[in-house]
Amino acid sequence: MAFTLYALIQAVILGVNAVAVLHEERFLSKIGWSVDQNIGGFGEEPGIKMQLINLVRSVRTVMRVPLIAVNAVCIVLLLLFG
Amino acid sequence: MDLPHHGHRATKPRARTGPPAGDPLLFDDTSSGGPPMSSQGYYNSGYNMSGPPGGGGGGAGVNNLFADPMANAAMMYGSSIANQGKDIVNKEIGRFVSMNKLKHFFAVDTKYVMKKLMLLMFPYTHQDWEVRYHRDTPLPPRHDVNAPDLYIPSMAFITYILLAGMALGIQKRFSPEVLGLCASTALVWMVIEVLAMLLSLYLLTVHSDLSTFDLIAYSGYKYVGMIFTVLCGLLFGSDGYYVALAWSSCALMFFIVRSLKMKILSSLSSDSMGAGASVKPRFRLYITMATAVFQPIIIYWLTSHLVR
Repeated sequence: MAFTLYALIQAVILGVNAVAVLHEERFLSKIGWSVDQNIGGFGEEPGIKMQLINLVRSVRTVMRVPLIAVNAVCIVLLLLFG
Repeated sequence: MDLPHHGHRATKPRARTGPPAGDPLLFDDTSSGGPPMSSQGYYNSGYNMSGPPGGGGGGAGVNNLFADPMANAAMMYGSSIANQGKDIVNKEIGRFVSMNKLKHFFAVDTKYVMKKLMLLMFPYTHQDWEVRYHRDTPLPPRHDVNAPDLYIPSMAFITYILLAGMALGIQKRFSPEVLGLCASTALVWMVIEVLAMLLSLYLLTVHSDLSTFDLIAYSGYKYVGMIFTVLCGLLFGSDGYYVALAWSSCALMFFIVRSLKMKILSSLSSDSMGAGASVKPRFRLYITMATAVFQPIIIYWLTSHLVR
């Protein structure tokens, strides 16, 4: 498997897009992965599921706006250079 | 006649074969040229010692150019612009990557490198795997053989790329694009491994002091094993390749497990929660074992196509 750096960048963009598209109300609540259904205890360490939910939520919050720019650039480049 | 610009070294070999008859003329020109400014004199004599083989005529033209204050001022301006650019680049890089922390990983000396390489190839007799601290900061690699460094991984990475090029060249399968492809493949696998480690350490809330650079260092130690494997494969054929692969895989697995056990599993002693403690230690062990098992797979994947 010969990877180029470009393949890695493409994979990362696709993955982050996939995480950013998960909607809190419409989707994550339906499968029980929203934050308000999973409030853990106070002093305990959060489990794996809680950490994943937090990770998804923070990726969505942080990457929403930069992803718009990155996707736009990617679309233009792919249109121009195939 | 183009200028002998900053290629001082580039013009040196020519000076050795340059005509000695032209030299007295060049030296005479500099000593009598214009108002003596010290830097100008230095530049002139420097360029005359590595003078172009064009002889006296071209040399006189060069002298006049550097005696000209405009060209001199332009050169000073250019060098100050270059310095400013260098400062800007350093500042921008310093925003993303802490330079002090990076320097800590490159503070190595020969003794440390020798001991670490021996440790990577034969870790079975090493007794003490604890990373030593000095008032809460980890000791630099110069003083502690257990500390991870980034010098060995980066040198090993570059050596591996060169060795891959050589191996392909021996099999007459070489082209310059292959080198770049090999380098980026190895780099991508390393990035994937570091990201997977970071993700699993985050998900299992392991409060260790493993920073990203530590993980890059531990992930880069496998290149030493890869170099050894490829060398044995080239020297001793296919049998030598498999023997060296087995040896370096075992050594590397042992090394990774012993090193990471101290960092990941030792934070167990601070956890005293009842319910969580039964699940967590297993997963931490799983992470350590998974990292260790991943190393031989990657070594085989990245080197098998080189030794056919």
